[in-house]
Amino acid sequence: MNLVQTFSVALPEFILVAVALSLVLVAAFANSSESEASTLKLVRSLSLGGYGLAFLSLFMLPAGQVVLFNGLFAIDGFAIYMKGLVLLGAFFASWLVSDGWGEGVDRAEFHLLVLMAVLGMLLMISAHDLIALYMGLELQSLPLYVIAAMRTNSLKSSEAGLKYFLLGALSSGMLLYGASLVYGFAGSTAYADIATSLNDDVSVGLTVGMVFLLSGLAFKISAAPFHMWTPDVYEGAPTPVTALFAIVPKVAAMTLIMNVTYFAFSGISDQWSQILIALSVASMIVGATGAIMQQNIKRMLAYSSIAHMGYALAGLAAGSLEGAAGVVIYMTTYVFMGAGAFSIIMSLRRDDAPVERISDLSGLSSTHPLLAAGMMVVMFSMAGIPPLAGFFGKWYVFLAAVNAGLVPLAIIGVLTSVVGAFYYLRIIKLMYFEDADAPLDEGMSRQNRLVLVASLAFIILFVLGIGQLAGVVGTNIEAFF
Amino acid sequence: MNSSWPLLSVITFLPLSGVLFLMLVRGTEANVATNAKLVALWVSGFTFFLSLFLYVGFDSDFVGYQFEEQVEWISGAGISYHLGIDGISMPFILLSTFLVPLSILASWGSITHRVRDYMMAFLVLETMMVGMFASLDMLMFYLFFEGVLIPMFLIIGIWGGTERVYAAFKFFLYTLLGSVLMLVCMLVMYQQSGTTDIPELAAFDFAPTLQFWLFLGFFASFAVKVPMWPVHTWLPDAHVQAPTAGSMILAGVLLKMGGYGFLRFSLPMFPDASDLFAPMIFALSVVAVIYTSLVALAQSDMKKLIAYSSVAHMGFVTIGIFSMNEQGIAGAMFQMISHGLVSAALFFCVGVVYDRLHTREISAYGGVVDAMPRYAAFFMFIMLASVGLPGTSGFVGEMLVLVGAWNRANWVAVLAAIGLILGACYMLWLYRRVVFGRAEKPEILELEALSSREFLIFVPLTVFVLWFGVYPSTLLDIMELAVSDLLGQIGPQQTALR
Repeated sequence: MNLVQTFSVALPEFILVAVALSLVLVAAFANSSESEASTLKLVRSLSLGGYGLAFLSLFMLPAGQVVLFNGLFAIDGFAIYMKGLVLLGAFFASWLVSDGWGEGVDRAEFHLLVLMAVLGMLLMISAHDLIALYMGLELQSLPLYVIAAMRTNSLKSSEAGLKYFLLGALSSGMLLYGASLVYGFAGSTAYADIATSLNDDVSVGLTVGMVFLLSGLAFKISAAPFHMWTPDVYEGAPTPVTALFAIVPKVAAMTLIMNVTYFAFSGISDQWSQILIALSVASMIVGATGAIMQQNIKRMLAYSSIAHMGYALAGLAAGSLEGAAGVVIYMTTYVFMGAGAFSIIMSLRRDDAPVERISDLSGLSSTHPLLAAGMMVVMFSMAGIPPLAGFFGKWYVFLAAVNAGLVPLAIIGVLTSVVGAFYYLRIIKLMYFEDADAPLDEGMSRQNRLVLVASLAFIILFVLGIGQLAGVVGTNIEAFF
Repeated sequence: MNSSWPLLSVITFLPLSGVLFLMLVRGTEANVATNAKLVALWVSGFTFFLSLFLYVGFDSDFVGYQFEEQVEWISGAGISYHLGIDGISMPFILLSTFLVPLSILASWGSITHRVRDYMMAFLVLETMMVGMFASLDMLMFYLFFEGVLIPMFLIIGIWGGTERVYAAFKFFLYTLLGSVLMLVCMLVMYQQSGTTDIPELAAFDFAPTLQFWLFLGFFASFAVKVPMWPVHTWLPDAHVQAPTAGSMILAGVLLKMGGYGFLRFSLPMFPDASDLFAPMIFALSVVAVIYTSLVALAQSDMKKLIAYSSVAHMGFVTIGIFSMNEQGIAGAMFQMISHGLVSAALFFCVGVVYDRLHTREISAYGGVVDAMPRYAAFFMFIMLASVGLPGTSGFVGEMLVLVGAWNRANWVAVLAAIGLILGACYMLWLYRRVVFGRAEKPEILELEALSSREFLIFVPLTVFVLWFGVYPSTLLDIMELAVSDLLGQIGPQQTALR
């Protein structure tokens, strides 16, 4: 395969690299104080343009599976879809920051680091080898550790960054240990070779390696019991960073888990599906019960995301084609619900300072009708109330679980979703059933408003397009098997 | 007969288009409020007018579904956009479209803040209700069935009484808990049969052991909705706290969703399990009829009393449905329609005096007849219909249910009849305490007489109650074929038991 073909297959990644490198130059050479604002503007539009261009380039990629770099990197319809989702989420997250209200994180470094992290995520999605997996994962993680601690004058932000880094390093260690065991017993780091080695007798070492590998990955999607960092990091990190954490990295990490389980370890699906069931049940319960007592809206959304990962894992645990399709649909709705929720949270300010307490939302419907209505739709959708998008995500993952004979898992899932409904309703109650004590600032930036409207349109109109989406996801997933 | 344009879809989604229209209303707050009320009234009134075409075009000699519409929705998955009505669902659609304009009219003066949002919630609610009764696809049914929760939660929570938050949460979480179990069962049914089409599912044979669990899952949802004892406790709270119009719709239509669900899903799809569980349902219903009637006797709050009486009346409905014979099911259907009219009217009766004195305590009233004679007359007629006086719609339903129950199990009929006596006790006593007696309190004597708007709401309700009581064939003819078709689906082994 010649160089041009290589470029054309990994085009989105190369676009992001080019933009990231040019951002380094722009930030380094144009950083005199008088032109800071214009530099920032340039940086923003460069990074947003980069995501947009990378997204568009996805449509130029060849159909069908193509493997590059001696089997390290592969694309297929499924990978392209997930990359599109990541780029869309990254675009939303960066756009939300670009309104200049970014709590001091809207700097050139931030955009550069996010670009690098997104590049890492794209590599994770395409990784077809444990080494490529680890490289992508670390390229994603390291910038995220830094931006979690971006607000240097805040103790909480530093704490969040440190916590995230320490626990992330621990999980990376587990993952590496698992990968080395797998390499030792399978004799190769390539997914395809691991899959072939499972055709013979499966050694215990390989299973243990797989367990470590999954534990490390469970940390990245913050599935319980590897979720401890999530509430603290969500709360401590500046809100724009939290928005990014909530929307994007989990999509990539979930894809990684799908690749590892469905492709590399497909031979021992009875083994990993038990682990995924345990992770799923634990996450659903921890997410639903943990959120009830939270006073901070970012902490609450952290627990809510843990619960969402539990639901997605329920589909994955089914180990079937439709389970995979269910997870993809679930993650799609998750990106839009997260973007909608954070576009609202980032617009909530009092005396130009961000508010984060749930009680600050009280009476929002009389002072900010659009924000309150938007929040209500997002909350009902997250609670899985039809006919909103969140319901269909749950429908598909639980359908897959039921078809795989995991009816108890589906029952636990729907019961925890009732518990979960309680805290989503609590937010609606505050906004609609109570009076405002101290009004919040007026106004909402253009960027936030556009993201909100886009995600609301998606959530409400999803019911019309579910047939088409299920068709697209179905054909892409089939190529994946 | 079957018109070429999608009448059912239009009726279902016309109220939703009214919501879009309401969003465009601009102007000062008072202007918006008046215009919103008018828009909502006209939209819902026009929806009712259109739904009359369903009645006119309905062919009661036709077995199966009419006005059917089917469009591909999720291709290749056996899930489609499928609407249609038969003799069982058509009366409910008319009931819904009939009650919504009346309840919008009923809240004309009593809702003063966020009028526009209120009207939006009501129109969304109407779409959800009509859509639910018209759905012939299980997934669509679930969408509408659950979607009802959103507007009703807001109606109770925003425009309700002092304990509204508690009541709204209880309503939402109770119903959701029941519904999600039904959702799991729906997934299992979909897995088994590969389709969510209701007519196809009704023809599908589920294994008897599976039917057992599926029935229980659906029962969890429908029993909460009906509501059956002992999962009825959300109802008194929700009714007491909801605004008058909210109570009217809640009692008038939302409670019927459970009974409709039993008729549409439980009986035709799980006939073996229905037969197996019938004694349990009889026992629960009899307890509901007698126990909640006794509880109603002890209430000091008018709305709470009527709420408990609703539970008792819905007990008759479940008895009728599970007696699984023609009289029982037709009686249950008739009782549901009748209760929809009567309970909506009763809650409106409470609303009328509540708007004037702002209390629901029975002891605060007495001698209302002196100030409001016309109101007393309407109240008396509706109260007697609720008791089941011959000549009112209440009598026909209860009579048929008792006949059906007697044919199936004598003891049920005997015990349920005790409930009838108790029903007469608490209703007559309520009436005596509120309307009769000497008007000692000065505020009672100064009560304003019935306004023409209120008169306009009472008249159609009482006319229909009287009409169905005197000439029940209007309804029974529509249902007859659908009920016998349903009994045919239940299968010979069950009908042999009768």
